[in-house]
Amino acid sequence: MATETPPPATPGVPLPTTEEFTEVQQSAEFGELRRAHRSFAFPLTLAFIAWYLLYVLLSNYADGFMGTRVVGNVNVALVLGLAQFLTTFLIAWWYARHAAAKLDPRAKAIKSRMEGAE
Amino acid sequence: MSTVTHHTLLAAGEASEHRTLIVTLFAVFVAATLLITVWAGRQTKDAADFYAGGRQFTGFQNGLAVSGDYMSAASFLGIAGAIALFGYDGFLYSIGFLVAWLVALLLVAEPLRNSGRYTMGDVLAYRMRQRPVRTAAGASTIVVSIFYLLAQMAGAGVLVSLLLGITSDMGKIGIVALVGVLMIVYVTIGGMKGTTWVQMVKAVLLMIGALLLTFLVLVKFHFNVSDLLGRAADNSGKGASFLEPGLKYGATGTTKLDFLSLGLALVLGTAGLPHILIRFYTVPTAKAARKSVIWAIGLIGVFYLMTLALGFGAAALIKPDEIIASNKAGNTAAPLLALHLGGVDSGWGAVLLATISAVAFATILAVVAGLTLASSSSFAHDIYANVIKKGRATERQELGAARWATVGIGAVSILLGALARDLNVAGLVALAFAVAASANLPTILYSLFWKRFTTAGALWSIYGGLVTAVGLVLFSPVVSGGRTSMFPDVDFHWFPLENPGIISIPVGFLLGAVGTLLSKEVPDAGKYAELEVRSLTGTGAH
Repeated sequence: MATETPPPATPGVPLPTTEEFTEVQQSAEFGELRRAHRSFAFPLTLAFIAWYLLYVLLSNYADGFMGTRVVGNVNVALVLGLAQFLTTFLIAWWYARHAAAKLDPRAKAIKSRMEGAE
Repeated sequence: MSTVTHHTLLAAGEASEHRTLIVTLFAVFVAATLLITVWAGRQTKDAADFYAGGRQFTGFQNGLAVSGDYMSAASFLGIAGAIALFGYDGFLYSIGFLVAWLVALLLVAEPLRNSGRYTMGDVLAYRMRQRPVRTAAGASTIVVSIFYLLAQMAGAGVLVSLLLGITSDMGKIGIVALVGVLMIVYVTIGGMKGTTWVQMVKAVLLMIGALLLTFLVLVKFHFNVSDLLGRAADNSGKGASFLEPGLKYGATGTTKLDFLSLGLALVLGTAGLPHILIRFYTVPTAKAARKSVIWAIGLIGVFYLMTLALGFGAAALIKPDEIIASNKAGNTAAPLLALHLGGVDSGWGAVLLATISAVAFATILAVVAGLTLASSSSFAHDIYANVIKKGRATERQELGAARWATVGIGAVSILLGALARDLNVAGLVALAFAVAASANLPTILYSLFWKRFTTAGALWSIYGGLVTAVGLVLFSPVVSGGRTSMFPDVDFHWFPLENPGIISIPVGFLLGAVGTLLSKEVPDAGKYAELEVRSLTGTGAH
């Protein structure tokens, strides 16, 4: 049950105690941070995986549709493929913005309080 | 026809002054990287330097190094080749490889940076019984890395035999051995610091090489992409279907399933690749880790867009027979494209070929070093220090073990590299992704986000995912029973798909849940509080 080796910790700087961690974990402030992360990351992960799988399934089972020409020799398959690139870039940018606005300040506040409390 | 052009190519490589050029370019890269390595080696004093490059790299530097680690021979040679031969179906690799980064960005990179120290095992074992979980994490790290190494070694053998006209088996094995020795030197001397700089140099070279080829292809078609696609379709002999899904994977219900399986493995594999995960320890904070991923997504995305131009360019300008004659799996399409863009009979063709091949060679060397570092770190830190020595090894002993492990892993990959010559390197790497997605990703996610998760669950998931994935590959057409199998002369395959992901990934996730729910073990709530708070806030991170 108990771990046989101590967890990684900064040499010289004592980690807050387990009780302190548990207390913070139960706090409303940490709950908000957790919610801000999960409510953003979890649905978005499901969404982009679903969108990617949709694209894979369309490639597999809807070749007629995917082969439809859009402009010149550029077909729907290629456009959807490039759309995957576009959505990936957009999601990355969106998450970076979300994290800077909603996650970093909360994380920083908790961290400095816990480390300063030593 | 095909053998004639193949010989033209070999002749281009063999003509003495061009061969001199190729060898010179290789030698310059090797010399430069060795200098970096020695310089980095002098600054490598403690374990944090060796494993994590002193954690002093910036987000941008690490983003560059992450891209360097990720854009392997599979991306450069394999994807370009797959597109050149199978048109649109080759493109799926690029998309899967890129989208996969979002899993790393949203769920894994920052928590890992905040709560781990040197290896993936640090996070997997955080709130579990250390010895069994670290053993499992070490085993899966080494297996995934060796699959990946196999692909790089195959690429190296192919490339060099193409370029230097070395066709004898002894010659090829000699080259693979040279790569192995170089990577041992990079890692044992330079550690993570040296390896990171080598990755950065390589990433820059690779981007420049790909930009150059893309530019030349586009100039050739007056920047008219539709023309390029049309010519690729005509020249491939397949017509419009070359631009549509299904050429490689659309034949039967089984191959379609294989495509889905590959797609799953690609998108879920990245965030479980140990050599990528340990890169996040080289930056000081989780925020810098996030920045590295964002940079990596940008660089890798642009690079994969360029592989479209390379692959379709090769299809448009080179007869498919010639590509196949040079390498059955298409791995030499990008260097061949360079030759054709410069002019087969002109000196420029040979110069371009030499340059692009040197870039590809640099790519392979750098990735191989990254993979070796990941596996030897895991051996030394997870297995030697925490399991064998039960956490009582001195830092000096631990680093000694890491260096010896490097030598051992180098030797193993040299041996295996000789077996995998005719497999498409992108396909081989996809297997590494499948193993990573089945054995590592479930435990990483459960550990970080599922309070109830236990040691039993972790072990079931890691070993179950690992054994299922590797077992299915062993009995797949990749290993036996097919024209391009590793052992084409025997047939013991019964699993119809080349990629095991569609079975092994759900098995990995399921076993993690079942193992947890069936065990009577009470999860350590205090440890989970610690992990959760640390992973989200960075408290105590160093």
